[in-house]
Amino acid sequence: MAVVEVTPELTGADVPRGPVLPDVLETRPAPRREVRRQLSGVRVSDLLNVCGAGVAAFALAALVCTVLAPVTSPLGFVAITVCLFLALYALLVSLTESGVSVRDKLVTVVVHGAAFTLLAGLVFVVVFTFSRGAAALPHLNFFTQDMALAGPLDPLSDGGIRHAIVGTLIQISIALVITIPLGLVTAVFLSELPGRFARLVRTVVEAMTALPSIVAGLFVYATLILALGIPKSGIAAATAISIMMLPIMVRSADVVLRLVPGTLKEASYALGASQFRTVWQVVLPTSRSGLTTAVILATARGIGETSPVLLTSGFTAAMNSDPTDGPMVSLPLAIFQFVKSPEPTMVARGFGAAAVLMLLVLALFVLARVIGGSSPLTKDARRRAREQTRADRRQRAARRRAGRGRRPARSSEPAVATLDGLLPPDPLAAEPGRPHHPPQEQS
Amino acid sequence: MSAINVATDAPRRLGTRRSWGDRAFRGTLYAGGAAVLVIMGLVGVFLLIRAWDALHRAGWSFFTTAAWEPDSGNFGIAAILVGTILIAAVAVSVAVPLALGVALYISEYAPARLRQPLVSVVDLMAAIPSVVFGLWGFFFLQGHVTGLARWLSTTFGWFPPFTVPGSDPHDPLATATVYTSSTFIAGLVVAMMIAPVIASIMREVFMQAPVGEREGALALGSTRWGVIRRVVLPYGKGGIIGGTMLGLGRALGETIAVYMIISPVFAVQWHVLANGGSSVSSLIALRYGESTPFGTSALMGAGLALFLMTLVVNFAASSVVARSRSGASS
Repeated sequence: MAVVEVTPELTGADVPRGPVLPDVLETRPAPRREVRRQLSGVRVSDLLNVCGAGVAAFALAALVCTVLAPVTSPLGFVAITVCLFLALYALLVSLTESGVSVRDKLVTVVVHGAAFTLLAGLVFVVVFTFSRGAAALPHLNFFTQDMALAGPLDPLSDGGIRHAIVGTLIQISIALVITIPLGLVTAVFLSELPGRFARLVRTVVEAMTALPSIVAGLFVYATLILALGIPKSGIAAATAISIMMLPIMVRSADVVLRLVPGTLKEASYALGASQFRTVWQVVLPTSRSGLTTAVILATARGIGETSPVLLTSGFTAAMNSDPTDGPMVSLPLAIFQFVKSPEPTMVARGFGAAAVLMLLVLALFVLARVIGGSSPLTKDARRRAREQTRADRRQRAARRRAGRGRRPARSSEPAVATLDGLLPPDPLAAEPGRPHHPPQEQS
Repeated sequence: MSAINVATDAPRRLGTRRSWGDRAFRGTLYAGGAAVLVIMGLVGVFLLIRAWDALHRAGWSFFTTAAWEPDSGNFGIAAILVGTILIAAVAVSVAVPLALGVALYISEYAPARLRQPLVSVVDLMAAIPSVVFGLWGFFFLQGHVTGLARWLSTTFGWFPPFTVPGSDPHDPLATATVYTSSTFIAGLVVAMMIAPVIASIMREVFMQAPVGEREGALALGSTRWGVIRRVVLPYGKGGIIGGTMLGLGRALGETIAVYMIISPVFAVQWHVLANGGSSVSSLIALRYGESTPFGTSALMGAGLALFLMTLVVNFAASSVVARSRSGASS
């Protein structure tokens, strides 16, 4: 009967403090990774074809719209232009190239078009919001006053959204106080104690990511407000937001925790550390940045939720910093209420508040990227990518010195610019079974 | 002296006696998992219990009645369910081609130095609050898209969902209001909202397509389109379907953007271009405040139906993705 007993003396001081990661990685050879070939050769004739087809399509469409058919809407004009452009471009390319190549070129143009359309549309949504809110944003009182004394007819120099900003911050803080401990413990549970029960929890959490936000709001409305008699307040809204954020957070934190190399954990166990020590000093520090990213992304999601707040927080135009008593408005809800009014100043306030909300989300997102980019794993990958580039440059310089006069073969150049040093602090890319952006290997 | 006692080899039983701290730790973990399970389970169970009252009273007519007058006992989700599905269908059919274009552009065509910024932009766009899209839809799209709606309805009017009752294409003075606040416009707004989400998932999978197979296709003389069609798309099939389904789940549950655009009608509205429509979530947002307890119960029933629908879509998505070659990475 052998009992592997972990004595308490062993678990304390003998485990090295701080992440042990870099040393472990040092000894392992970098995983070889194939590098994609960059296939972006643009020839002059391609450009000329595109330009020619574009000009011809524009002219033809103008002819069609003004003379042949009564199309007045700009959208119709654009649609006709696009159709004509595709036809003309196919015709132009087919003059010199084979059918396979024509199809390739057409698809290229279509993909570029779709990508440009969507990206331009999304950017336009953002720009539109800022431009409509530009009237409200320069007024300092917009950030320092609430709407208690400002009516719909008052100019923009009166009243502001301080109550909504404060409400948003309070509600999201309460939601974070609920979700961070619960979410982290659950995520650690899922990765540390796998089994039938963990699988059940994971399934339920995954199911709950599908919960429509309005249903979460309705749930809180029916339980806390109608059944338990808690008034519409900041705390009810924060509960509703937590229910939305919890599954998102558990899921992304679970994904991050599963990325912790098993060798690290085994090393810790081999040193006699207990499970708690291992989690506390190896697993959590290793995945710290990923976990922070998970929290921040869930926050970004929760901060913009309108519908659960609509049902649970009530509405007020006055400042209320007590989440337990009385209605408390948050930014999304304030936007929603502002734009219900037909008054242009109120609408401008709504757009201004939307701009503030987007800036808040952007700030959270940038924070997530910055923190997500500083994990030991990515740092290490970056350092090695830098060294690789440096070594490469030296090698190339040496080659150039040696073969001066002779033109170096073009193909010996690296296929892809070494952008990988800057590579992802991409939190969404932190998925299991995916290499951690290992350093660039020159093939 | 006794004889040397040779012990027979017996396999040792290996076990771990955990320290008290560890046991407490594991207990905490279990408790945390159980707490989340209870909370999440509570939402589902509670919805079912509260909805039971209304579902029991309405019976099967809950699925066939279009009107929503819970207090007179005449209510059902036929109209709002159809409205929800139509909005989601419009959204998905607009968003998926665009998202596919963006995903292919980023993974296949974009210059290497543009790739990472574009990925960030798309991910950021996926985090824009839906109320912002609602604003855009209400103040911009509503006014600018009626021309397109009119053109669609006059050109493709023979296709039943595109007919607009009450419109006369030959009347030059006809008002455009029959084309506003429609399922179509709500669908377009939701499409803008879900497209970045879908694009992000598709891009993720496309970029994982094996380099060896790409090079193989190139070596066999295929064009870039050939590589996409024969390597990238087959490899990323799971991601395409999974991303689309996830977008569909989002579109089904979207509330505020739809609520701001649509003018609610409680009749089955097949005409996507015509004024008026409805969705489950906008119904809840519209009626929760003025409901009697029974009315709330009926809303719970509608919410439950919506939740079950999104649940099925989500699980289908995750099983498709998990079974695909690219794996459960998204």
